[in-house]
Amino acid sequence: MAWSRFFIWPLAAISALFFALGVWFAFFNSPADYQMGDTVRIMYVHVPNAWLSQMVYGLMAVSAVGSLVWRHPMADVSMKAAAPQGAAFTAMALFTGALWGRPTWGTFWEWDGRMTSTLILFLIYLGLIALWRALEHQANGPRLIAIVTLVGAVNIPIIKFSVDWWNTLHQPASVFRADGPTMPGSILMPLFLMMFAFTFLFALLQTLRMRTEIERRRVRSLERRHVAEGATA
Amino acid sequence: MIELGQHAQYIVGAWSGVTLVTLGLILWTLRDAANQKRRLEELESRGVRRRSAKTDSPS
Repeated sequence: MAWSRFFIWPLAAISALFFALGVWFAFFNSPADYQMGDTVRIMYVHVPNAWLSQMVYGLMAVSAVGSLVWRHPMADVSMKAAAPQGAAFTAMALFTGALWGRPTWGTFWEWDGRMTSTLILFLIYLGLIALWRALEHQANGPRLIAIVTLVGAVNIPIIKFSVDWWNTLHQPASVFRADGPTMPGSILMPLFLMMFAFTFLFALLQTLRMRTEIERRRVRSLERRHVAEGATA
Repeated sequence: MIELGQHAQYIVGAWSGVTLVTLGLILWTLRDAANQKRRLEELESRGVRRRSAKTDSPS
């Protein structure tokens, strides 16, 4: 991934710019919501993390297909690099959702479709991280992890459509809708700025983590060779 | 400081939590990258190189 060095600084700069603009709009240039008041400002960190929690899993599912069909080692690297980030984004979505729920719904948590399926997503991420640690070096470990990743992908449409299929405390989709967002531009602006900021941050971290994972494999291979050469000398 | 209303503690808590986790993720990634780079450089300084790596042979 020698090309990655050309992406890292531009991605970092773009992400930092979007974060600076997003924070400024979120706190100094956007109104309080007519119903939720200032708690709407939690949405500017909640929605980007919720979006990434699902998008990262989508990327892992695509990588899993690449691993199973083409047996491409970069697909394994991509899956392994993305899993801890997906877990972190999902944890932040759950945490901010709980803090947003208390003043608006009167409760931190409710076992409704959206929240429960997102919690399941978090547990799937933790399970996949554990599997990578346990099975990575076994012959068919990455293939097995790819299969488990694809099975877990069933949960993504469940999260997306849970607010339509079941009666939930969580509001229905208000940004990604066929007929367009239902929010005013003054609230959409900081929301999109923060979504771009977190998405570019993920692209940056994924590039860095994939490069590091390739180096880790190179180190492991060199250490094995060094030991083998030492044994035969 | 901007006035955040009666639920300021929830807003500050959410943003603080996200800031901490995000910074933690960034620092962990950078530290891991630096560690692997250092290990690779240590091995190469001991003469352990990939077979495909260019060698500094005299011309």
